Amino acid sequence: MDNAFQVAFQLIVSMDPVLIGIVTLSLQVSLTAVVIASLIALPLGAAIALWQFPGRGLVIVVLNALMGLPPVVAGLMVYLMLSRAGPLGQFGLLFTPTAMVIAQIVLILPIVAALSRQVIEELWWEYREQLQSLVVSRLRAIPTLLWDARFSLLTVVLAGFGRASAEVGAVLIVGGNIAGVTRVMTTAIALETNKGNLPLALGLGIILLLLVASVNAVAYVIGEAAKRRLG
Amino acid sequence: MNRAESPSLLPLELQGVTFRHRGLTLLEPMDLRLERNGKTMIMGPNGAGKSLLMRICHGLLRPTSGSVRWAGNGATPETIRQRQAMVFQRPVMLRRSALANVRYALSVQGVPRSERRWRADEAIERFGLQPIAHRPARVLSGGEQQRLALARAWALRPEILFMDEPTSALDPTAIKAVEEAVETFHSEGTRIVMTTHDLGQARRLADDVIFLVNGRLVEKAPVREFFEQPQSREAAAFVQGELVW
Repeated sequence: MDNAFQVAFQLIVSMDPVLIGIVTLSLQVSLTAVVIASLIALPLGAAIALWQFPGRGLVIVVLNALMGLPPVVAGLMVYLMLSRAGPLGQFGLLFTPTAMVIAQIVLILPIVAALSRQVIEELWWEYREQLQSLVVSRLRAIPTLLWDARFSLLTVVLAGFGRASAEVGAVLIVGGNIAGVTRVMTTAIALETNKGNLPLALGLGIILLLLVASVNAVAYVIGEAAKRRLG
Repeated sequence: MNRAESPSLLPLELQGVTFRHRGLTLLEPMDLRLERNGKTMIMGPNGAGKSLLMRICHGLLRPTSGSVRWAGNGATPETIRQRQAMVFQRPVMLRRSALANVRYALSVQGVPRSERRWRADEAIERFGLQPIAHRPARVLSGGEQQRLALARAWALRPEILFMDEPTSALDPTAIKAVEEAVETFHSEGTRIVMTTHDLGQARRLADDVIFLVNGRLVEKAPVREFFEQPQSREAAAFVQGELVW
């Protein structure tokens, strides 16, 4: 084991090209998924927070439930959509990074939407009378509230990023863990551990941990500083 | 800007307005007329329905029955709302600078960008907020935020300004600033409607008083009359500083 740790650190320090390739692809896939999911889910969450409509309670329950969607199920759903016989089969996306991005979007969109709904609803409660008095329409209130909740929402988006970068089931099913094409950190760790190649698995595990920890640390620092400065 | 040309919103006429919530009658049938000019204080013990009445007038709440009618011939509901402003007991400021908060209110009302700039600057200057114009609004003191809320309202050039206990959470210096602001609005022709618990403040500022008890309009009288010859037992007790039931 000690030896495995040593080799792992060597891989990291020497910027092993295989390792770097896997880390880069992981970041590309998860960041793209987070950006796209957030662009949809933040306004969606805000809209659900602001509008009363029939079935709203059901929508909220479903969104909350989908936060716990098992990654393998999300992967399976996207697999069925993208497979040759599936409705989107003609695009030939299965086993490409694009498919992995789609699967991760399915996975984290409910998380970002459900959490931002909560954040925005609380803020709307505070702002509502003032904004109505200023004759701000609900549509206009959405960007206003999203902007004013930006520090809380940063945490929400990071929760999505954490989920995306840590999951293995969805990307494994739709990506196929093809070396150099769709192999990301989590799928590589699973595979290399099975093969007994512990140094590479460990090295990737360490990087994954550091990455998630540092992203959250940065977000925390930014959020706290901004709250102190902007109230 | 264009308010001189468009017909006045006032008088405001309430007819048979009631408000019920969860089976409780919070406002008994009420007829009320607010004339074009002046400063009206809405007074009464806690739970009398002062804030409620004001929110119904301003359009934040819909009455359970009865009608709220503004003059303003032909004005759409939206323009009617835009020609009013309200200052709350605890102002809500957006997470941006003081100046940006004023600009935001103008932009919402469709004021062109270039005009927004000078009108916001003018409002900031008018209320002596230049030193804090670029500070984040939400970290300002209570008194500063209330002055900013007044500047924001002033920038909108409202025809009528509602104020819900604007000074109840403030220290004497800040209270003085708010009272001066009320006079500023008044001198420029803005109709003032305000709730207060402060008898001295009502004497200083009011032209007339609307006195509510338990959701009932008990008295509406010029300020001197209200304080010197109250017509009802409740008002007599209230101006003596006694508890009113």
